[in-house]
Amino acid sequence: MAVLNEEQTMLRDAAREWTQENAPTTALRKLRDGKSKATFDAPTWAEMGQMGWAGVVVPEEHGGSAFGYLSLGLVLEETGRTLAASPLISTALTAASALMLGGSEAQKAEWLPRIAGGEIVATLAVDEGSHHAPEKTALKAEKTGDGWVLNGSKTFVLDGEAADLLIVAARTSGKGTDGITLFLVAGDAPGVTRTHLSLADSRGAAKITFEGVEVGADAVLGEVDKGWAVLEPTLDRARAGLAAEMLGTATQAFEITLEYLKTRTQFGQVIGTFQALQHRAAKMFTDLEMTRSCVEAALEAIDAGQDARATASLAKARANEILHLASIEMVQMHGGIGMTDEHDAGLYMKRARVAEALFGGTTYHRDRYGRILGF
Amino acid sequence: MADFGGTDLEAFRAETRAWLAENYPASLNAPMGEDDAPWGGRKFVWKNADAKLWLDRMAAKGWTAPMWPKEYGGGGLSKEENKVLEQELRKIRARPALMSFGLWMLGPVLLEYATEEQKQKFIPSIIKGETRWCQGYSEPGAGSDLAALQTKCEDKGDHFLINGQKVWTSYADQADWIFCLVRTDTSKKHEGISFVLFDMTTPGVEARPIKLISGSSPFCETFFDNVKVPKDQMVGKLNGGWEIAKRLLQYERQNISASGFGAGGGLDLVEVAKKEIGVDDQGRIDDGDLRARIAAHRMDAHAFMLTVRRAEAESKASKGPSAAVSIIKYAAAKMNQERYELMVEAMGLQGLGWEGEGFAKDELAVTRGWLRSKGNSIEGGTSEVNLNVVAKRVLGLLDHQ
Ligand SMILES: Cc1cc2nc3c(=O)[nH]c(=O)nc-3n(C[C@H](O)[C@H](O)[C@H](O)COP(=O)(O)OP(=O)(O)OC[C@H]3O[C@@H](n4cnc5c(N)ncnc54)[C@H](O)[C@@H]3O)c2cc1C
Ligand SMILES: Cc1cc2nc3c(=O)[nH]c(=O)nc-3n(C[C@H](O)[C@H](O)[C@H](O)COP(=O)(O)OP(=O)(O)OC[C@H]3O[C@@H](n4cnc5c(N)ncnc54)[C@H](O)[C@@H]3O)c2cc1C
Repeated sequence: MAVLNEEQTMLRDAAREWTQENAPTTALRKLRDGKSKATFDAPTWAEMGQMGWAGVVVPEEHGGSAFGYLSLGLVLEETGRTLAASPLISTALTAASALMLGGSEAQKAEWLPRIAGGEIVATLAVDEGSHHAPEKTALKAEKTGDGWVLNGSKTFVLDGEAADLLIVAARTSGKGTDGITLFLVAGDAPGVTRTHLSLADSRGAAKITFEGVEVGADAVLGEVDKGWAVLEPTLDRARAGLAAEMLGTATQAFEITLEYLKTRTQFGQVIGTFQALQHRAAKMFTDLEMTRSCVEAALEAIDAGQDARATASLAKARANEILHLASIEMVQMHGGIGMTDEHDAGLYMKRARVAEALFGGTTYHRDRYGRILGF
Repeated sequence: MADFGGTDLEAFRAETRAWLAENYPASLNAPMGEDDAPWGGRKFVWKNADAKLWLDRMAAKGWTAPMWPKEYGGGGLSKEENKVLEQELRKIRARPALMSFGLWMLGPVLLEYATEEQKQKFIPSIIKGETRWCQGYSEPGAGSDLAALQTKCEDKGDHFLINGQKVWTSYADQADWIFCLVRTDTSKKHEGISFVLFDMTTPGVEARPIKLISGSSPFCETFFDNVKVPKDQMVGKLNGGWEIAKRLLQYERQNISASGFGAGGGLDLVEVAKKEIGVDDQGRIDDGDLRARIAAHRMDAHAFMLTVRRAEAESKASKGPSAAVSIIKYAAAKMNQERYELMVEAMGLQGLGWEGEGFAKDELAVTRGWLRSKGNSIEGGTSEVNLNVVAKRVLGLLDHQ
């Protein structure tokens, strides 16, 4: 654990206590079994907003607390522990970052206070296929008069159905990372159609189609054709923050498993005495510690205004790997009970895979890390 | 970072920088080969007079042991000052002035456990690099189970009498003195062990070199046949050696960890792979499978470096060694071994040259280094034992009954 200041320690402790009490895994089960298609529980999100969690990275002049990304990471780690479903990642982390990085004064003044207050849901609509590939953005935006018309589709958009504000990556020219432009689009704008995609993690996402969606010139976030300059650092903030959530999820999965190793008896002794399990547990612990270093370093680099591209990819790839392993071992080390729906192991496994794919899988980030380092 | 005398630290940095500019011998700017390692001691033959000069200058300031007390010849620096010194040394890529088991292992426990007379007698010569020490722990029947050691030490009134055998004693044939674990009570296991120091030229001591798979012979079988040791050369209490032995192992692992087994030194893996395999039109190593594994390894190394840094910051904030130490030794061994395996793979047969023509000096060093690295998961406690320690001490899992 990074050396925290007093504010951060208080925030973390409060987040831990609140999530354990108010958003335990039973809440996710309720969401799943309620068949509402909601990706989060609205009253829970409202409470998070009241506690100021939606404004942790938002500047004070826009109604936030400006505690920074390491602080938001502390909250996300706690929500990750209990698999609490909320728009923290989509709204408080990703959309807030995009607006802070690319927004005009007017755009910031319009949206950030509402995000910080937890009044709205906002989300980044970037991917168009089954794999994270922002460079392949194809949704078309064409100039008409003094505005733009958007045509195309986005998929696996976090909290996409509930979003009041969509931040849409569109192709305005060129290819690859050149010629991308970001647009602010109202979630209920004419021509926007949203479909629920039910995923294994019980949170789901949305497919969103844009048919002749018209927006004004003032809907452009950042510069026309230069959206990558905002999009890439926004994604890195999303990756680092999601990695913090995943670190929390992996830590909890590990701790639950460790507890089981200390209580389950077979062959006349607790199974935690078997070295075959001990060494796997010790290796997982090592990986968790290494991952924590990477996640905190990425968040700290962002807070310090440094180039965080390599560390963000490192953090996400590492979080992917440890959560993958911890979720597998959680089921395996629980034996038969780990295979049951009644036990939480399955919930951790399902959330793990979805989170692994979001904002880039392990191979995506390994490749990107290599490119950044020049090989 | 703001609170503790920032301006004083900056003054110290300026002074240090100026002193280094004045005193670091220019001839040492060439990269250090394995045979340039400055071990010091009575038997040491200095191939390079400037390396000796560098040692003497650093030792005169106490900077071979920057944080040890001035009264024994140390530098007396604070943690913050030491960090500045390390940064400045790194900036000029300075070679170490002295490599020494005395500095890394024995000195710290002497400071903690030795009598005033013992400190006065042994510490200054460690700092000056005058006495080279070796570690007499392992025996044929006592490796991972170190406390099973049998080397006998009897109280003969005015002296101790030592009989037995050590093994894997690194550089026993080069060392001047040994710190040695001996059995002083056969009725108990851990509580029957004592910690003694003696001169390797004492009659009855014999060190026979053993050749390693890498072809070099840095370690020995060491025999003790009626070796007489003065009684004031026992550190700590009679039968109280185990605590000291364990403490020393902590320092050893810490040191191994901090250096990451020297990973990062020598050839650069990425550059080697680019050269030997080539790159595609986007500058990527032209073997996707190997490239991915190199990237994964570089990420591991990055994560390791960040973890070492975090452990330092945390232990500074909370005082006392962190549990991270035993994970770090395990991770460091794995990382260094992986680096060498990838290096050999990237170099192809050029990375497996044994000697003679057709191979550059640093290429031959890869072969030897690759083989030597296999010891990383054995020396200073095996990786399996590291994992046992983590499972037991950190995770609270019980022993199998
Ligand atoms: C899909 C499914 C179908 C099944 N169908 C049937 C069926 O039809 N009939 C039936 O009778 N049973 C059935 N089972 C039960 C199955 O045989 C048991 O789950 C299995 O034997 C493991 O026992 P356990 O669940 O009690 O786990 P435990 O024995 O408690 O094991 C928990 C963990 O500890 C490990 N462990 C235990 N002992 C040791 C040791 N000595 N050394 C190292 N590690 C150890 C295990 O490998 C596991 O990872 C089924 C299970 C599943 C998942
Ligand atoms: C390069 C090098 C330098 C060294 N330098 C020194 C030195 O200067 N001074 C000195 O005193 N010693 C030195 N050693 C010795 C080193 O400390 C021992 O080799 C080490 O402690 C292991 O002991 P062993 O070789 O007897 O192996 P063993 O203990 O016999 O181990 C054999 C295998 O069994 C495994 N094993 C043992 N116990 C367990 C367990 N409980 N659970 C699971 N697996 C287990 C081990 O991990 C290992 O894989 C050096 C060794 C090397 C390789």
